Amino acid sequence: MAEKSQVSANYSTWPVILALSIVSAPLVLMYAYLFLDTITDTAVGSLIPDSFTLRHWRFLWETLPGKPNIWLVTLNTLIFTTSVTAVIVLVSSMAGYVLSRLNVPARGFFLAGVMVLHAFPSVTLIIAIFIVLQMIGLYNSLIGVILVKAAIDLPLGIWLMKGFYDTVPWEIEMAGVVDGASRFRVWRSLVLPQVRPGIMALGLFSFLSGWSEFILPQVLAPGGKVQVLSVYLSSLIADDNNFDFGTFKAVGVFYIVPVLIVYALFHKYLMNIYGGGSKG
Amino acid sequence: MRVLLDNFSKSFGTTKVIENMTLEVGHGEMLALLGPSGCGKSTTLFAICGIHRPTGGRILFGDRDVTDLPSQARNIGVVFQSYALYPHMTVAENIGFPLKVKGMPGEDIRKEVDRISGLVHIGNLLGRRPAELSGGQQQRVALARALVRKPDVLLLDEPLANLDAKLRLEMRSEIRRIQRETGITAILVTHDQVEAMSMCDRIAIMKEGEIVQIATPAEMYNDPRTAFVAGFLGNPPITFLRGVMANGAFAIPDSEIRVPLPVSIAASEGTKLMLGVRPEHFTPAGDIAVSGKVTFAETQGRENLYDVSLDGGPLLRSIQPVRHDVNIGDAVTWAIDSKGVLVFADDGRRL
Repeated sequence: MAEKSQVSANYSTWPVILALSIVSAPLVLMYAYLFLDTITDTAVGSLIPDSFTLRHWRFLWETLPGKPNIWLVTLNTLIFTTSVTAVIVLVSSMAGYVLSRLNVPARGFFLAGVMVLHAFPSVTLIIAIFIVLQMIGLYNSLIGVILVKAAIDLPLGIWLMKGFYDTVPWEIEMAGVVDGASRFRVWRSLVLPQVRPGIMALGLFSFLSGWSEFILPQVLAPGGKVQVLSVYLSSLIADDNNFDFGTFKAVGVFYIVPVLIVYALFHKYLMNIYGGGSKG
Repeated sequence: MRVLLDNFSKSFGTTKVIENMTLEVGHGEMLALLGPSGCGKSTTLFAICGIHRPTGGRILFGDRDVTDLPSQARNIGVVFQSYALYPHMTVAENIGFPLKVKGMPGEDIRKEVDRISGLVHIGNLLGRRPAELSGGQQQRVALARALVRKPDVLLLDEPLANLDAKLRLEMRSEIRRIQRETGITAILVTHDQVEAMSMCDRIAIMKEGEIVQIATPAEMYNDPRTAFVAGFLGNPPITFLRGVMANGAFAIPDSEIRVPLPVSIAASEGTKLMLGVRPEHFTPAGDIAVSGKVTFAETQGRENLYDVSLDGGPLLRSIQPVRHDVNIGDAVTWAIDSKGVLVFADDGRRL
């Protein structure tokens, strides 16, 4: 940070800051108002809140009629997201290495195939996946939707990790082999640490992507026991005659808080996705 | 330990890099594989350390046939051109890694690391990471890591190429000192003839996948087998004169220059010949006077280097103690030392 302010010392920063502030002001205002709106009541037709209330947040301590318990839903979301992240990180870090370094048959075909899968919009597959899951008995289960989500996000992860592995010098592996380490040991204790930034970035990216996933759980696991937050949120406004915007907004705020926390803590790793560098 | 390459061949796909090469390195000897890039010297090294599998022939360490053994089972130490230190480990962890892989207990690893880091003079750097070291220090760490598990053979792949000139000089003698102290058999791959000559007991000079000559540095310098070897060794390099055999002497057509040749050189009248003259054999002190014009002069501090263009076009190089009376464009008459000349056939064979 100190370096950055030194660099900017040769031109004045306030016009830039001002311009950015003006551009982002509407967003900030909207979020602030959203939050304010969840803890107040407003007279019909007015924009100014007139009384404080926690009524919209009552879903936290009582189960809404016809809806699953919020804490169960949150737990489901957490399980879904962490499992998806774990599968993606584990498989990508190994598959990326294999595609980058080992002489596998039909390597080019695999790389191209994986790329095509990445370009495929997942929505177009959803009916086929629905039928498959129903046939193997994983419809309406967390495991089913976790596998599907992980599979759809894997191509990106594999390509990303391959890119990171490509930047690790061959000599490090040769040195490891000559030093007596097995190929697996070389990967585990010499190469993997070089791609840590990539793993962090991919993990974070998968976490955020899993947390915000809506269409797959909505179609493949809509049941109350396995619902995730995005599905819960949409069910609040699904009924045209009886929707509660106050609660909808409060749940929305509740939904984004973990994302904000994760992002605040780890955003610098996310930048690595586009850097592709291996500065450990 | 003795290393023997027996009829070793290596090809990549249809490209034959090395065919039927036989090379023996004696116990405790340091041998240089010297040659221009693409001559197969690195391929040979990688075959010895097991990264390339030979397409033919055998590789023996002592009496042990290691041809089909993977690198892990060969007990070798390698220093790579880029050092290939593990960036996420400290110096101590880097050096200790080969022992850790072996499953040696931590206490013993620490002792061994201390011993070897004392040998290569990096005892005070053990806590640092590779990125915090200078090039020379990284080189020492790489050397320590290669030596720590007491390998049978030490392989050095252009170990000095990434160092600046002054450090290269220092590390040259350091590597030699460490090799002598440990008594290890070592093979050095380099394209730098100065490195090969100053560090090694013997040099194997390679060209297009073949060993042209194996000899001690002095033998090779004084008695090169081909014009290629003569041209590769020596700095400043040798110059060649092209001419023919005429009346038992070497003659350059269209010029007065005649160099009498020893009777042992049997070449018929009119045969095309090449005469190699090293810069130290073309000075005012020689016995065959030759005139020409100085076209280039360079001072190296203790000595001056001159290029002299002879009547009729050919060029000779001369190295002499510093003098200030000769400048570019001056006409000079210096002399070739007939005892120092090397005679080659037109195809490069030494006669």
